[in-house]
Amino acid sequence: MKKYDQMSDFEMSVLSEIGNVGAGNAATALSHILADRVDMSVPDLRILDVSKMTTLLGGPENEVVGILVNMDKDVRGMMLFLLERRFVCKLIEVLLDEKINDFSEISDMGRSAIMEIGNILAGSYVNAIATMTNLNIELTTPQIAIDMVGAILSYPAAQFGSMGDKLLLIEEDFISSEDTIRSHLLIMPELDSLQTMLESLGVA
Amino acid sequence: MSQIIVGISDQNTAIPPDSLITYALGSCVGICLYDSANRVAGLSHILLPEAFRDSTEADNFKFADRAIEVLVGSMEKLGCLRYRLTAKIAGGANMFATSGISIGDRNVETVKSELERLRIKLVAEDTGADYGRTVVFDPQNGLMTVKSIGRESKVF
Repeated sequence: MKKYDQMSDFEMSVLSEIGNVGAGNAATALSHILADRVDMSVPDLRILDVSKMTTLLGGPENEVVGILVNMDKDVRGMMLFLLERRFVCKLIEVLLDEKINDFSEISDMGRSAIMEIGNILAGSYVNAIATMTNLNIELTTPQIAIDMVGAILSYPAAQFGSMGDKLLLIEEDFISSEDTIRSHLLIMPELDSLQTMLESLGVA
Repeated sequence: MSQIIVGISDQNTAIPPDSLITYALGSCVGICLYDSANRVAGLSHILLPEAFRDSTEADNFKFADRAIEVLVGSMEKLGCLRYRLTAKIAGGANMFATSGISIGDRNVETVKSELERLRIKLVAEDTGADYGRTVVFDPQNGLMTVKSIGRESKVF
Protein backbone atom coordinates (compact mmCIF):
# COMPACT_ATOMS: atom_id res chain seq x y z
CA MET A 1 0.00 0.00 0.00
CA LYS A 2 1.23 3.45 -0.88
CA LYS A 3 2.17 6.12 1.58
CA TYR A 4 1.38 9.72 0.73
CA ASP A 5 4.95 10.45 -0.29
CA GLN A 6 5.10 7.43 -2.59
CA MET A 7 2.42 8.65 -4.98
CA SER A 8 3.30 9.26 -8.62
CA ASP A 9 2.93 12.68 -10.23
CA PHE A 10 -0.08 11.37 -12.09
CA GLU A 11 -1.79 10.18 -8.92
CA MET A 12 -1.02 13.51 -7.33
CA SER A 13 -2.60 15.33 -10.24
CA VAL A 14 -5.73 13.22 -9.86
CA LEU A 15 -5.94 14.19 -6.19
CA SER A 16 -5.36 17.81 -7.21
CA GLU A 17 -8.31 17.56 -9.54
CA ILE A 18 -10.47 16.25 -6.70
CA GLY A 19 -9.27 19.24 -4.68
CA ASN A 20 -10.13 21.50 -7.59
CA VAL A 21 -13.69 20.28 -7.96
CA GLY A 22 -14.16 20.26 -4.18
CA ALA A 23 -12.90 23.81 -3.95
CA GLY A 24 -15.24 24.85 -6.75
CA ASN A 25 -18.17 23.43 -4.81
CA ALA A 26 -16.90 25.10 -1.65
CA ALA A 27 -16.55 28.47 -3.38
CA THR A 28 -20.14 28.22 -4.64
CA ALA A 29 -21.35 27.35 -1.14
CA LEU A 30 -19.39 30.26 0.33
CA SER A 31 -20.85 32.63 -2.27
CA HIS A 32 -24.32 31.73 -1.06
CA ILE A 33 -23.40 32.15 2.58
CA LEU A 34 -21.54 35.41 2.14
CA ALA A 35 -24.00 36.71 -0.45
CA ASP A 36 -21.00 37.73 -2.50
CA ARG A 37 -19.25 36.35 -5.52
CA VAL A 38 -16.48 34.06 -4.39
CA ASP A 39 -13.87 32.80 -6.85
CA MET A 40 -11.01 30.55 -6.10
CA SER A 41 -7.46 30.02 -7.19
CA VAL A 42 -6.20 26.72 -8.54
CA PRO A 43 -5.53 24.65 -5.46
CA ASP A 44 -2.01 23.80 -4.55
CA LEU A 45 -1.60 20.24 -3.38
CA ARG A 46 1.36 19.62 -1.14
CA ILE A 47 2.75 16.71 0.75
CA LEU A 48 4.69 17.96 3.72
CA ASP A 49 5.90 16.88 7.12
CA VAL A 50 4.32 18.54 10.13
CA SER A 51 7.16 20.97 10.86
CA LYS A 52 7.18 22.32 7.29
CA MET A 53 3.42 22.59 7.32
CA THR A 54 3.56 24.50 10.60
CA THR A 55 6.04 26.96 9.08
CA LEU A 56 3.79 27.40 6.05
CA LEU A 57 0.88 28.17 8.35
CA GLY A 58 2.61 31.03 10.12
CA GLY A 59 4.74 29.22 12.71
CA PRO A 60 3.76 26.82 15.48
CA GLU A 61 2.25 29.44 17.78
CA ASN A 62 0.08 31.13 15.14
CA GLU A 63 -3.50 31.04 16.39
CA VAL A 64 -6.00 29.46 14.00
CA VAL A 65 -9.40 27.84 14.01
CA GLY A 66 -9.27 24.13 13.24
CA ILE A 67 -12.42 22.31 12.16
CA LEU A 68 -12.14 18.55 12.18
CA VAL A 69 -14.49 16.26 10.28
CA ASN A 70 -14.06 12.52 10.04
CA MET A 71 -14.93 10.53 6.92
CA ASP A 72 -16.46 7.09 7.20
CA LYS A 73 -17.86 4.22 5.05
CA ASP A 74 -16.04 3.61 1.72
CA VAL A 75 -13.44 6.26 2.45
CA ARG A 76 -12.16 6.59 6.00
CA GLY A 77 -9.96 9.38 7.24
CA MET A 78 -10.18 12.99 8.28
CA MET A 79 -10.50 16.47 6.92
CA LEU A 80 -9.12 19.38 8.85
CA PHE A 81 -9.85 22.94 7.81
CA LEU A 82 -7.52 25.60 9.16
CA LEU A 83 -9.00 29.06 9.07
CA GLU A 84 -7.06 32.22 9.70
CA ARG A 85 -8.22 35.10 11.82
CA ARG A 86 -9.31 37.32 8.94
CA PHE A 87 -11.44 34.59 7.39
CA VAL A 88 -13.12 33.77 10.69
CA CYS A 89 -13.77 37.41 11.59
CA LYS A 90 -15.30 38.01 8.18
CA LEU A 91 -17.52 34.94 8.40
CA ILE A 92 -18.80 35.94 11.81
CA GLU A 93 -19.41 39.49 10.69
CA VAL A 94 -21.45 38.38 7.69
CA LEU A 95 -23.29 35.54 9.39
CA LEU A 96 -24.02 37.02 12.80
CA ASP A 97 -23.49 40.71 12.24
CA GLU A 98 -20.93 40.72 15.07
CA LYS A 99 -17.71 42.64 14.63
CA ILE A 100 -14.79 40.85 16.24
CA ASN A 101 -11.06 41.29 15.92
CA ASP A 102 -9.82 38.46 18.02
CA PHE A 103 -10.54 34.79 18.52
CA SER A 104 -11.12 35.34 22.23
CA GLU A 105 -14.23 37.35 21.33
CA ILE A 106 -15.93 34.45 19.56
CA SER A 107 -19.27 33.71 21.20
CA ASP A 108 -20.95 30.30 21.46
CA MET A 109 -23.11 31.35 18.52
CA GLY A 110 -19.93 32.17 16.64
CA ARG A 111 -18.53 28.73 17.39
CA SER A 112 -21.65 27.01 16.06
CA ALA A 113 -21.59 29.22 12.98
CA ILE A 114 -17.96 28.26 12.31
CA MET A 115 -18.82 24.60 12.80
CA GLU A 116 -21.65 24.94 10.30
CA ILE A 117 -19.24 26.48 7.80
CA GLY A 118 -16.94 23.51 8.40
CA ASN A 119 -19.85 21.21 7.69
CA ILE A 120 -20.63 22.97 4.44
CA LEU A 121 -17.01 23.10 3.27
CA ALA A 122 -16.43 19.45 4.16
CA GLY A 123 -19.63 18.50 2.36
CA SER A 124 -18.45 20.35 -0.75
CA TYR A 125 -15.23 18.36 -0.90
CA VAL A 126 -16.81 15.04 -0.04
CA ASN A 127 -19.45 15.50 -2.74
CA ALA A 128 -16.66 16.10 -5.22
CA ILE A 129 -14.88 12.91 -4.19
CA ALA A 130 -18.11 10.91 -4.10
CA THR A 131 -19.22 12.10 -7.52
CA MET A 132 -15.89 11.40 -9.16
CA THR A 133 -15.34 8.02 -7.54
CA ASN A 134 -18.89 6.70 -7.04
CA LEU A 135 -17.93 5.94 -3.47
CA ASN A 136 -20.16 6.34 -0.46
CA ILE A 137 -18.68 8.68 2.15
CA GLU A 138 -20.28 9.81 5.38
CA LEU A 139 -19.18 12.73 7.52
CA THR A 140 -19.23 13.00 11.29
CA THR A 141 -20.28 16.14 13.15
CA PRO A 142 -17.49 18.72 13.01
CA GLN A 143 -15.36 19.48 16.04
CA ILE A 144 -13.66 22.78 16.57
CA ALA A 145 -10.43 23.86 18.24
CA ILE A 146 -9.16 27.43 18.47
CA ASP A 147 -5.49 27.29 19.38
CA MET A 148 -1.88 27.28 18.22
CA VAL A 149 -1.62 25.69 14.78
CA GLY A 150 1.22 23.43 15.95
CA ALA A 151 -0.95 22.00 18.72
CA ILE A 152 -3.88 21.48 16.35
CA LEU A 153 -1.67 19.72 13.81
CA SER A 154 -0.46 17.29 16.46
CA TYR A 155 -3.85 15.62 16.13
CA PRO A 156 -3.53 14.49 12.48
CA ALA A 157 0.21 13.94 12.99
CA ALA A 158 -0.49 11.48 15.81
CA GLN A 159 -3.48 9.83 14.13
CA PHE A 160 -1.47 9.21 10.98
CA GLY A 161 1.87 8.66 12.67
CA SER A 162 1.87 5.02 11.62
CA MET A 163 1.78 6.11 7.98
CA GLY A 164 4.93 8.18 8.08
CA ASP A 165 5.52 11.83 8.79
CA LYS A 166 3.83 13.33 5.78
CA LEU A 167 0.47 15.07 5.63
CA LEU A 168 -1.54 15.99 2.56
CA LEU A 169 -2.41 19.67 2.36
CA ILE A 170 -4.59 21.54 -0.11
CA GLU A 171 -4.00 25.26 -0.13
CA GLU A 172 -6.13 27.69 -2.04
CA ASP A 173 -7.33 31.23 -2.10
CA PHE A 174 -10.97 32.23 -1.99
CA ILE A 175 -11.30 35.55 -3.73
CA SER A 176 -14.30 37.73 -2.96
CA SER A 177 -15.04 41.23 -4.21
CA GLU A 178 -13.29 42.76 -1.20
CA ASP A 179 -10.32 40.61 -0.53
CA THR A 180 -8.55 37.32 -0.85
CA ILE A 181 -8.70 34.78 1.90
CA ARG A 182 -6.37 31.85 1.92
CA SER A 183 -7.75 28.61 3.21
CA HIS A 184 -5.97 25.45 4.15
CA LEU A 185 -7.41 22.00 4.16
CA LEU A 186 -5.79 18.80 5.20
CA ILE A 187 -7.35 15.77 3.59
CA MET A 188 -6.06 12.60 5.15
CA PRO A 189 -7.62 9.43 3.79
CA GLU A 190 -6.35 6.28 5.46
CA LEU A 191 -3.93 4.47 3.19
CA ASP A 192 -6.33 1.70 2.14
CA SER A 193 -8.96 4.37 1.44
CA LEU A 194 -6.49 6.32 -0.66
CA GLN A 195 -5.94 3.12 -2.63
CA THR A 196 -9.73 2.66 -2.97
CA MET A 197 -10.08 6.22 -4.25
CA LEU A 198 -7.29 5.89 -6.80
CA GLU A 199 -8.67 2.53 -7.97
CA SER A 200 -12.17 3.96 -8.37
CA LEU A 201 -10.68 6.64 -10.54
CA GLY A 202 -8.87 4.00 -12.56
CA VAL A 203 -5.39 5.30 -11.83
CA ALA A 204 -3.98 2.87 -9.27
CA MET B 1 22.72 32.92 25.75
CA SER B 2 20.43 31.27 23.28
CA GLN B 3 17.22 29.36 23.21
CA ILE B 4 17.62 25.94 21.67
CA ILE B 5 14.51 24.95 19.72
CA VAL B 6 13.31 21.39 20.05
CA GLY B 7 10.98 20.39 17.19
CA ILE B 8 8.34 17.70 17.03
CA SER B 9 9.79 14.22 17.49
CA ASP B 10 13.05 15.84 18.49
CA GLN B 11 15.17 16.30 21.63
CA ASN B 12 18.18 18.21 22.89
CA THR B 13 20.22 19.13 25.96
CA ALA B 14 21.41 22.47 27.31
CA ILE B 15 23.58 23.99 30.02
CA PRO B 16 23.40 27.58 31.32
CA PRO B 17 23.17 30.22 29.99
CA ASP B 18 21.30 28.46 27.17
CA SER B 19 17.78 27.18 27.59
CA LEU B 20 15.44 24.84 25.74
CA ILE B 21 12.09 25.60 24.13
CA THR B 22 9.50 23.51 22.36
CA TYR B 23 6.48 25.10 20.69
CA ALA B 24 2.82 24.26 20.63
CA LEU B 25 2.50 20.87 22.29
CA GLY B 26 -0.97 19.51 21.57
CA SER B 27 -1.44 15.82 22.23
CA CYS B 28 2.36 15.56 22.21
CA VAL B 29 4.23 15.53 25.52
CA GLY B 30 7.31 17.55 26.44
CA ILE B 31 9.57 15.78 28.92
CA CYS B 32 12.03 17.97 30.82
CA LEU B 33 14.83 16.08 32.58
CA TYR B 34 17.18 17.85 34.97
CA ASP B 35 20.33 17.11 36.91
CA SER B 36 20.56 19.90 39.48
CA ALA B 37 24.12 18.97 40.52
CA ASN B 38 25.68 19.85 37.18
CA ARG B 39 22.82 21.94 35.80
CA VAL B 40 22.25 19.94 32.68
CA ALA B 41 18.78 20.04 31.18
CA GLY B 42 17.24 17.79 28.54
CA LEU B 43 13.98 18.24 26.65
CA SER B 44 12.21 15.65 24.53
CA HIS B 45 9.06 16.30 22.43
CA ILE B 46 7.33 12.99 21.72
CA LEU B 47 4.43 12.49 19.31
CA LEU B 48 3.25 8.98 20.08
CA PRO B 49 3.34 6.55 23.01
CA GLU B 50 4.82 3.43 21.47
CA ALA B 51 7.00 2.60 18.50
CA PHE B 52 5.52 0.49 15.71
CA ARG B 53 6.96 -2.86 14.76
CA ASP B 54 8.60 -1.39 11.67
CA SER B 55 9.85 1.84 13.25
CA THR B 56 13.53 2.38 12.61
CA GLU B 57 16.13 3.90 14.93
CA ALA B 58 15.81 7.14 12.98
CA ASP B 59 12.36 7.47 14.58
CA ASN B 60 13.60 7.04 18.16
CA PHE B 61 12.76 10.63 19.19
CA LYS B 62 9.15 10.21 18.10
CA PHE B 63 8.03 7.64 20.65
CA ALA B 64 7.80 7.88 24.44
CA ASP B 65 8.95 4.29 24.89
CA ARG B 66 12.25 5.07 23.11
CA ALA B 67 12.91 8.80 23.31
CA ILE B 68 13.22 9.19 27.09
CA GLU B 69 15.81 6.45 27.40
CA VAL B 70 17.83 7.97 24.55
CA LEU B 71 17.69 11.40 26.23
CA VAL B 72 18.88 9.89 29.52
CA GLY B 73 21.80 8.36 27.60
CA SER B 74 22.76 11.74 26.09
CA MET B 75 22.61 13.36 29.51
CA GLU B 76 24.75 10.64 31.07
CA LYS B 77 27.35 11.37 28.41
CA LEU B 78 27.36 14.97 29.71
CA GLY B 79 28.16 13.73 33.21
CA CYS B 80 24.62 13.42 34.59
CA LEU B 81 23.84 10.61 36.99
CA ARG B 82 20.59 8.82 36.41
CA TYR B 83 19.58 8.68 40.07
CA ARG B 84 19.91 12.46 40.30
CA LEU B 85 17.57 13.14 37.36
CA THR B 86 14.13 14.59 37.97
CA ALA B 87 11.35 15.00 35.44
CA LYS B 88 8.73 17.64 34.68
CA ILE B 89 6.23 17.01 31.91
CA ALA B 90 3.66 19.08 29.98
CA GLY B 91 1.24 18.50 27.11
CA GLY B 92 -0.93 15.48 26.35
CA ALA B 93 -3.98 17.60 25.59
CA ASN B 94 -7.06 16.40 23.75
CA MET B 95 -7.35 19.14 21.14
CA PHE B 96 -10.66 17.92 19.68
CA ALA B 97 -13.50 16.54 21.76
CA THR B 98 -13.14 13.00 20.45
CA SER B 99 -14.59 10.04 22.24
CA GLY B 100 -12.59 7.17 23.70
CA ILE B 101 -9.09 7.30 25.14
CA SER B 102 -7.28 10.21 23.54
CA ILE B 103 -3.79 9.99 22.13
CA GLY B 104 -2.83 12.71 24.64
CA ASP B 105 -3.87 10.54 27.59
CA ARG B 106 -2.01 7.56 26.19
CA ASN B 107 1.09 9.68 25.66
CA VAL B 108 1.04 10.91 29.27
CA GLU B 109 0.44 7.41 30.61
CA THR B 110 3.32 5.92 28.64
CA VAL B 111 5.68 8.77 29.57
CA LYS B 112 4.92 8.15 33.25
CA SER B 113 5.44 4.41 33.08
CA GLU B 114 8.65 4.95 31.13
CA LEU B 115 9.93 7.38 33.79
CA GLU B 116 9.06 4.80 36.42
CA ARG B 117 10.87 2.07 34.53
CA LEU B 118 13.96 4.30 34.28
CA ARG B 119 13.59 5.21 37.99
CA ILE B 120 13.31 8.92 37.33
CA LYS B 121 11.19 10.89 39.75
CA LEU B 122 8.32 12.94 38.27
CA VAL B 123 8.23 16.19 40.25
CA ALA B 124 5.74 18.31 38.27
CA GLU B 125 3.22 17.98 35.49
CA ASP B 126 0.84 20.16 33.53
CA THR B 127 -1.02 17.72 31.32
CA GLY B 128 -4.40 16.99 29.76
CA ALA B 129 -7.23 19.47 29.08
CA ASP B 130 -7.87 20.78 25.57
CA TYR B 131 -5.34 23.52 24.84
CA GLY B 132 -1.87 23.84 23.35
CA ARG B 133 1.25 24.54 25.41
CA THR B 134 4.67 26.00 24.68
CA VAL B 135 7.35 24.87 27.11
CA VAL B 136 10.57 26.64 28.10
CA PHE B 137 13.05 24.76 30.28
CA ASP B 138 15.88 26.63 31.99
CA PRO B 139 18.94 24.66 33.17
CA GLN B 140 19.98 27.58 35.41
CA ASN B 141 17.24 26.72 37.92
CA GLY B 142 15.45 23.67 36.47
CA LEU B 143 12.22 25.63 36.06
CA MET B 144 9.70 24.67 33.39
CA THR B 145 7.53 27.53 32.12
CA VAL B 146 4.31 26.67 30.30
CA LYS B 147 2.64 29.23 28.02
CA SER B 148 -0.78 28.92 26.42
CA ILE B 149 -3.04 31.26 24.48
CA GLY B 150 -5.36 33.30 26.69
CA ARG B 151 -3.93 31.91 29.94
CA GLU B 152 -1.36 33.07 32.47
CA SER B 153 2.07 31.49 32.11
CA LYS B 154 2.69 28.82 34.70
CA VAL B 155 6.06 28.01 36.26
CA PHE B 156 6.82 24.56 37.63
